[in-house]
Amino acid sequence: MAEILFYVFAAIAVGGALGVVLQKNPVGSLLFMVVSLGSVAGLFVLFEAHFLAAIQVIVYAGAIMVLFLFVIMLLNLGHDYRADLRLGFWSVLAFATVGGLAGLLARQFRGAEESPIYQHFPGPAALDSLIVEQGVVGVIARPLFTDYVVAFELTGILLLVALVGAIVLAKRRV
Amino acid sequence: MLTEALVVSALLFLIGTFGVLVRRNAIIMFLCIELQLNAANLSFVALSRHLGIDGQVFVFFVMTVAAAEAAVGLAIIISIFRHYQTVNVDNFNLLKW
Repeated sequence: MAEILFYVFAAIAVGGALGVVLQKNPVGSLLFMVVSLGSVAGLFVLFEAHFLAAIQVIVYAGAIMVLFLFVIMLLNLGHDYRADLRLGFWSVLAFATVGGLAGLLARQFRGAEESPIYQHFPGPAALDSLIVEQGVVGVIARPLFTDYVVAFELTGILLLVALVGAIVLAKRRV
Repeated sequence: MLTEALVVSALLFLIGTFGVLVRRNAIIMFLCIELQLNAANLSFVALSRHLGIDGQVFVFFVMTVAAAEAAVGLAIIISIFRHYQTVNVDNFNLLKW
């Protein structure tokens, strides 16, 4: 069952991503992105990352994508149907870059699961028992507020700076 | 399922790279960068199943940074649009206004 769901979600995620790149209308592109993000949230659930799946749907597909939609509508780009694909030199460069990256990545996948590195780590069973013990939120909250607390506080400052920066940049007269 | 997830993540990342290189609309290019971040998140989560919970914490931070980046980036796009009346990146060739 999990295997079938994995392939269904993976196919929707990749199809949605292709829709983002190939759709001419920016609003259509954005809705394909929401589909892709939603199915990646489904993949997160299959990997027992329930909290992140919820965050992905609420923050990513909800808040950030609505921000994009808001900007598209503010700038009145919704009916700009002209194709904006860069052809010629740029498409050659794009295919070369993507092909090169794919070749480099494909080399890494050979025998990824049998790699000796996994013997030094707890593995899926240990993580499952940790989730049973602490709950799906507790398991991510505990390291977040102990080992990574400095990074967590710095993230708060980053968000404040981004907020101020966005307001100053988007204002008509500073 | 780990290898398959990494392959899906790689595919999403490659599609995102392709989109950034091929599209001219600045907002769509930005959306493709989000796609790349999301592909990285997927591989973090897939590997965290084997390598411990830290990967999921990183995904949490990546999402926060993506939110901050989206806010500032879209503000920059709005301010560029006010000046040029377009979001076509071929028209942006000055680093001042």
